[in-house]
Parts: sequence; structure tokens; C-alpha cells
Amino acid sequence: MADMNRERHRTRETAFYLFTQQSLPACKPVLTPGWVVEIVDRYDTECVPEAFRIDKISYIQDDSIPKNCSRFMKVHKYMKAPIYIYYQLDNYYQNHRRYVKSRSDKQLLHGQKYHDTSSCQPVELNSGQPIVPCGLIAWSLFNDSFTFIRERAELKVNRKNIAWKSDRDHKFGKNVHPFNFQNGTLIGGGKLNPKIPLSDQEDLIVWMRTSALPSFRKLYGRIEEDLDADDVIVVNLMNNYNTYSFGGKKKLVLSTSSWLGGKNDFLGHACVIIGSSSLILAIVFTLLHLKYRRPHGDTSYLPWNRKSLSG
Amino acid sequence: MSLGGKTEELPLIAFEAEMKRYVYINDNESSHELYCDNRISNRKYTVLNFLPKNLWEQFSRFMNQYFLLIACLQLWSLITPVNPASTWGPLIFIFAVSASKEAWDDYNRYLSDKKANEKLVWVVRQGIRKHIQAQDIHVGNIVWLRENDEVPCDLVLIGTSDPQGLCSVETSALDGETDLKTRVIPTACMGIDFELLHKIKGAIECPKPDKDIRRFDANLRLFPPFIDNDVCPLTIKNTILQSCYLRNTEWACGVAIYTGNETKLGMSRGIPEPKLTAMDAMIDKLTGAIFVFQIVVVMVLGIAGNVWKDTEARKQWYVLYPLEGPWYELLVIPLRFELLCSIMIPISIKVSLDLVKSLYAKFIDWDSEMIDYETGIPSHATNTAISEDLGQVEYIMTDKTGTLTENRMIFRRCCISGVFYGNESGDALKDTRLLNAVAGSSPDVVQFLTVMAICNTVIPMKSKTGAILYKAQSQDEDALVNAAAQLHMAYVNKNANILEIRFNSSVIKYEVLETLEFTSDRKRMSVVVKDCQSGKIVLLSKGADEAILPYAYAGQQTRTFIEAVEQYGQLGLRTLCLAWRELTEDEYQEWSLMFKEASSTLVDREWRIAEVCQRLEHDFEVLGVTAIEDRLQDGVPETIETLRKAGINFWMLTGDKQNTAIQIALSCNFISPEPKGQLLLIDGKTEDEVCRSLERVLLTMRITSSEPK
Repeated sequence: MADMNRERHRTRETAFYLFTQQSLPACKPVLTPGWVVEIVDRYDTECVPEAFRIDKISYIQDDSIPKNCSRFMKVHKYMKAPIYIYYQLDNYYQNHRRYVKSRSDKQLLHGQKYHDTSSCQPVELNSGQPIVPCGLIAWSLFNDSFTFIRERAELKVNRKNIAWKSDRDHKFGKNVHPFNFQNGTLIGGGKLNPKIPLSDQEDLIVWMRTSALPSFRKLYGRIEEDLDADDVIVVNLMNNYNTYSFGGKKKLVLSTSSWLGGKNDFLGHACVIIGSSSLILAIVFTLLHLKYRRPHGDTSYLPWNRKSLSG
Repeated sequence: MSLGGKTEELPLIAFEAEMKRYVYINDNESSHELYCDNRISNRKYTVLNFLPKNLWEQFSRFMNQYFLLIACLQLWSLITPVNPASTWGPLIFIFAVSASKEAWDDYNRYLSDKKANEKLVWVVRQGIRKHIQAQDIHVGNIVWLRENDEVPCDLVLIGTSDPQGLCSVETSALDGETDLKTRVIPTACMGIDFELLHKIKGAIECPKPDKDIRRFDANLRLFPPFIDNDVCPLTIKNTILQSCYLRNTEWACGVAIYTGNETKLGMSRGIPEPKLTAMDAMIDKLTGAIFVFQIVVVMVLGIAGNVWKDTEARKQWYVLYPLEGPWYELLVIPLRFELLCSIMIPISIKVSLDLVKSLYAKFIDWDSEMIDYETGIPSHATNTAISEDLGQVEYIMTDKTGTLTENRMIFRRCCISGVFYGNESGDALKDTRLLNAVAGSSPDVVQFLTVMAICNTVIPMKSKTGAILYKAQSQDEDALVNAAAQLHMAYVNKNANILEIRFNSSVIKYEVLETLEFTSDRKRMSVVVKDCQSGKIVLLSKGADEAILPYAYAGQQTRTFIEAVEQYGQLGLRTLCLAWRELTEDEYQEWSLMFKEASSTLVDREWRIAEVCQRLEHDFEVLGVTAIEDRLQDGVPETIETLRKAGINFWMLTGDKQNTAIQIALSCNFISPEPKGQLLLIDGKTEDEVCRSLERVLLTMRITSSEPK
């Protein structure tokens, strides 16, 4: 009797038995919607002092006026580290044809050894000397900077590893240093430290990944600590970059991230719109069918027969 | 005019400024350089001019011009949004495919031309017959044809195996008529010995090559030692045209007057144009409309773009716009939009259409239900570019004889002198009363059968087994002669002008004096024969009832015959009336002179002959009415039913009487019988009558369609 029990027990553990009895061990993932917490703050209008609100362009172009500004950001929900810091620009056409063309990838990799930088026009040479990195994209580098303080203690912002690994390793040279950069009469954006090679200039690398749409975010850094709800973060920023000439906007974004990425409403909007329009069309066609019934295969609706009916 | 010399000067002709052609018969040297040889060339291209000509043709369509424009614009790097190879690649591929298809078609045309050109024909050179290739025939050569040969070029007949100089040709490749036509040698060539034909010399003056296959006005002059050194006129009845077949005649020979592409067939062929279907035309129009729309869009966007660039874009300091651009700066944005919008007319439309059309044609070829049962030949679509027109057919117009019917005539019934034969059994040949009458030599029946057997252009041939085969020009004649033979009035031999009839074991001979051929105006044919025993001259006539019955002699009761025609019409049979009249010698002689004169006039010959015939064909003694059945082909009623259900309208064209036509239409499901369908007749002899008839019919239709169904 015990033998038979043992026998049964052994067959009970074979894969075939488990399969047919549908008792194989299985994993059933239960998808839970991931929550992403995001704080957005537009600072370019309010960071201009009262006196210059009428003529913002001359404010931003005047180097003598100090550009410091302090902003307060309130955290409304618990945010888990790492928290990503982005700067968002609106109405900025990084996808313009002339702008996108104006770079030289070979020069970014090889430096001054590469001479044919004609695609970088008009920012190619300055007083006869080649500019490294050349081109409008590098020339218009974003140069606002942000520091974060919570309860009088500065939050540590990690500014390394913000660019793509492939860019750092293969597109920007490890031996290429900035040369003759932002030396001309017209200064477009930030300056670069000529001692640091291009592959370590992560801000430049992030900026040179041109975006496809006029409203975009670029990674500034990461905060490695958790933020609790109701925390108030004080942001001290330098409002250097000129978006006032063309009516652009600057925003600072603090966001957590999930395995699907950051906050994106597109899928939700798409589902709702397609679903509702399909429903409306279905209702309309049903009503049309009920009103104008047409039997299947009736040849009197053929165009040559219809003429004889009416005429 | 200088004949006999070899000058090339063409004399001026005062009344017509037409230049003429001079053909010297059997003259070996002169015609080589003057006129082309008989090389047929149906090809559109040569190896050298293929590429430019084909590209020119392809780019004459609007859609292709558009694609070329877009591709060229994309070569300008300032405005192109995509790599130009993405447009040039497909473009080159498509044009290569079209070009290779055309090249393949042209190559096939070349092969079939080669086959036709290299066919061997007999030609007389230096007095002896030689076998040469068809392309080496020159103008003026004498070509020798055998029975069932295809004619290689346009010929003027100068001799045939028939002692009267007649031969029969089948012209179905030229004009689609399957009945044979007779051709005759010109009077100047009558009676020339067989051997002398090889040495004949003369000159033919004929007009420049044209494409009229019904007219040929020329004249012929033979050189000494042949008699008749004056000009002999030639008409179309003396010519055999290219692509006809010689039938029922042992041999014939003629002088080549037009060769190669200058024959009447070659002149009417023309250059094969690429055909466009209705859908192609519609697509061209739509493409044009889309292009116009596109231009409007591009202009609007271009203006908006330029305005935006000048106002907003200059504010974008990070782009560093130059203040002054080159002169074409304004064009750049509109052209860029044009290239971006160029996908509104996709290049794949051309490829898809060509592919789909070829597939349609292939489906027709592969259809296993469209194989001819008897011969096993499947259907074949020769032009792949027009297959979708088949699906847009709205009207089908069909001929009755030979298309809906089998064109195999069978003699069914007859009415002789008021007695109906064949009404019970449906077949007069099995009717015992008729057979008894034949055996008893009843005079009416004998007369009737004589007319049936003789009044035609049939030639009897003795086959190897001894049975008699009749070579007839049309199926009707064949049916009548065979039926007469089965009723023991057999037409056994024709020798020169003498016909031999064997009736009930006695042989009667007739001499044919004159044949008045069938014309569709007169609607009858007649022969004037002389009985060799009694010497009487009789006129035998056969024709449609409206061409014979009104001309019956006063006093004859035609009522039964009219009834017979009606009855046979109700049954859907073809009817013919037979009649005869005795002629006196004087009457005949007088008339014969008039007839000969009319036959040889140069002006209005047909009209004169018709007039002369009219003088003889009157006061008939109507002998009887024959009824011939022409059965419908297999599957005709079902086919017509299916086509009408699909909404295709049918029109049948026929030369029959109205009743016969209506009966045939009913039997092939063309017309639905009452009460489902209603027959509306529109007829009349004058314009007014037809108008009134039409109005009545329209009124009827309006009344019936407004009635509640």
C-alpha cells in the first residue's frame, strides 16, 4: 500500500502530469499602473526683475545686470530617488533645417586634425582660426544653472552620466578639447572649459542631441535622495539663456521615473479619441443603414441602371 | 506618255493632280530602285532608336512627366528633404519594366514579320518560275498562287485555272466577311495561253498606295505581241489583295502592284499606338486634378512659409539667418513643400496598375472554362494593357449569322406552287409527298428543283471516292445545292459554261449565258441559262421575298407564297423565293449587249449594271419558297441570359425579315416573351415614319413605367 502511494506520488510530480492537470507553477504578472510624480515650474517670466519687465531682451543681453533668481518648489507627494532634473524649453526649434545641419561630427571626434568643416557655416572660423566644436548647435549651448537647497542643506546633484553612453564613447573624442570657442563678438550660449575633453563635457553632449519637436526637455542632473511630501525646495538659478527674443519659455522640471519612462499622456489621449470617434461613426452608420435600406445584390443601384430609373 | 522606254519621268495629268504609279509587268530591271520590295515591317522600333523613342512615348503621359519633374527637383540639394536615390531608383525601375515589355512585344512582332517575310512563293523571273522568299517580290513581278495560298502582296489578276478567268478569294482577314468573293481577269488578258503568261509584258498605271479596299481605278496595256494594244480598265474586281486566301481555284497568277507596307492592308494598318483604357484616361484626369490641388497647397504653404520666415524666423537668433539671401531664396520654401507633397501622386500607382493589368490578362489566359472543346485552344489575351475595359462593357452589338448561329444552313421546308412540304415532320427531305412528286416528275417540282440546283455560283468537284463535293461561296448556296442533290436533282459537273444536272438517271445540260450576281441592293441573284436540248433561254432568279414577289407577273396568285413566308418567319427560318421566266432570243440578245456595255463602262459601273439587271428581272413566274434553318450555337441562350442579368444591353444586327429576327431573338433569350417582356417596334421607310414610330414607342414606355408594378 505504501509502495502504491509512493508510486502515485512520483507520477504526481512529473511535468506531463502537472501539465495535464494544469497545476504547473506559473507566474501571473499583475500590472499596476506606475505613478510618476512631476513638479514643473516656469521661471523665465518671474525671474526678470520688475524694472526690466517691459524690455526683457535688453535685460538678458546686458551682462552687467546680475541674473540670480530664487524659486520655491513644493513637493506634493513622496518622490523616490533618483529624481531627475530637467530644463524644458518651449518654442525652441532645434529641428530647424539650418540649425540641424550646422555641426561637424568628424570634428567632434577628431578635433582640429579634421579640416573640412564647411557644414558648420556660419560658425566655422573666428578670425581665421578654426572653432572646436564648430557649428550653431554647440554655439547656442544652454547655460542656465541650478542649485537645490532643502532646509538649509544643499541637495547633492549628480551631474555625471547624464548623456548617452554611446555618445560619450563614440561620438565625442577623448582627446579633443574646446578651442577658440565663444570667442567672437556674438556670444550664443555657454562657455566650455578648454581643459576638459569633449567626451566629459556632458552638458554639451546632451545639448547636441537635437530634439525633434519645438518643446523639449533635456536632462540636467539627478538628485540621489528621497524627497518627502510637503518639502519645500529652494532653487537658486542663473537666468542666463535668452529665450525672450522669439517668445520661448523656460521651465524647470523635477520628476521621478518608472520603467516606462516619465509622464506621458499621449497613449491615454489617443485611446480616448480613437475610441470615441469609432463609437460616433458606428452610431452614424447604423442610423444611415436603418434609414436607407439597400438589399444585397440589387443591380438597380448600378450607375448605368440608375440612370434609367430616374430618366 | 512614253511606254516601252525606261524613262522615269512621270507625265503631268491635267484634270487630277494625283501622282500615279507605273508598273512594268515582268520587267526585271526597272522596278528595283523605284519601289520598295515586299518586306513587311510591323515593328515600332529599331535597335538604335528604341531607347529614345520609347522614353519619348512614355514621357508623353502626364503622370510620367510629373514623376520626372519631381525626380529632377530632388537633385537640387538645397531643397531636397530626402536622398534623391529614393526617387530615382523606383523611377528607373518602372521605366525599365515598361520598356522591356514594349521591347518584348516588338521582338515578337519582328519574329512574326520574319516568318511572313521568309515564306516561299512562286514568282516568274526571266520566264521561269522560281521559288523565292516573300520579301523579295518586287513591283511588277508575276506571282503564281496555288489553291489555299495566302496572297503575299497586292496583285492584279492576269490568269486563273478557270477557263472564264474567275477565281474565288476569301477576304476575311481584310474585312471580316467569310463568304467568298469572285475576282475576274481583265478583258485584255482573256484567253491567253498558260505558257504565254510567263512571258507577258505590259504596263499598268495605277494610283498611289491608299487604304481603300473597295476602289481601284487603273488601266492596263499589254505590249506586242499581245493583241489589244489599247487601254483596258481595271477595277477592284480584277485585284487580289494581300492577306486574302485563294479558294476553290486550282491556280491563279497576278502582277504585283503594291508591295510591303504600301499594300492596302499595310496602309490601313498604321503604327500600333499604345492603347489607353477608359480607366487610364480617368486616372490621367484625376492625376491632373490632384496636381492642380497640390500646386494650390504648395503656393499657400509657400507664401505662409516665406512670411513666417521673414517675421518669426528672423527672431530665432540661434539660427543666424543671413540678412540677404540669393535671388532664388523665395522659391526654396515652396519647392521644398512641393517635394514634401509629392507623395500625393504616388509612383507606385503606375507599378500597381501595370502589374494588376498583366495579372488580369493572365487570368483570362488561365481560365479553364474558356477552352474551345473541339480544338483544345485556350483563350489568349494579346494586349495586356486594356484588360479592365472588359469589365466596363455596357453594350454588346452582335451580328446574327455566324456569331449567334452556327452558320451551318440546313434545308428544312419548302412551299412549291402552293403546296407546303415538310410541315409535319419538320424536314422537307423526309416528306413522302415531296419524294413522290420528285419520282413522278411533277413539272412544278422539277422546275423548282432546277432553280435550286443551278441558280448559284457553286462549282462541283469530284473527290477521290467518287462523291461530289460542292465548293460554294456561301453556306446558303451549299445547303440548297445539297438539298437538291438529295432530292435527286444533282448538279454534277461544270465544264467551261456547260452545267450538267443528273435527274433521276437522266442527264440534262445547260449553258450558262450570263450570271447576274447578288448585290445587297437588289437582294436577289439571277442566271440566264440556255437548255442545251431544247434551246430555250430562261432566266432563273433567287432572292428575298420583297425582291421577287412584287415583280411576279400580273395575275399570279402570290397570296400562298406570302403566307408561306410569314409562316416560315414565325418559325425563325430564313426564306428565299425562287422564280423563273422564259426569254426570247431577241430579247436576250438585246439585253446582253446592254449588259456588256454596262459591265465595261469606266464610270459608275455598279449603278449601271444594277439598272440593266432591273430591265430583265421582272414579270417572274414565282415557283416557290424555301426555308433554311440556321441553328443557334451551343450555349447562346444561357449566355445572353447571364449577360442581360449583369446589366449589359444587347443589340442584334441582322439582315433577316422582321418576323424571323423576332423569333430568333425570342429563342435566344434576348427578348422575354409576353407578359414578362413587351415588344416595341420602331420601323419605317422614311424619316417621318421612323420619327412617328419612335414617338409612339416612347409614349407606350411612359405609360407602362408609370403604371404601378
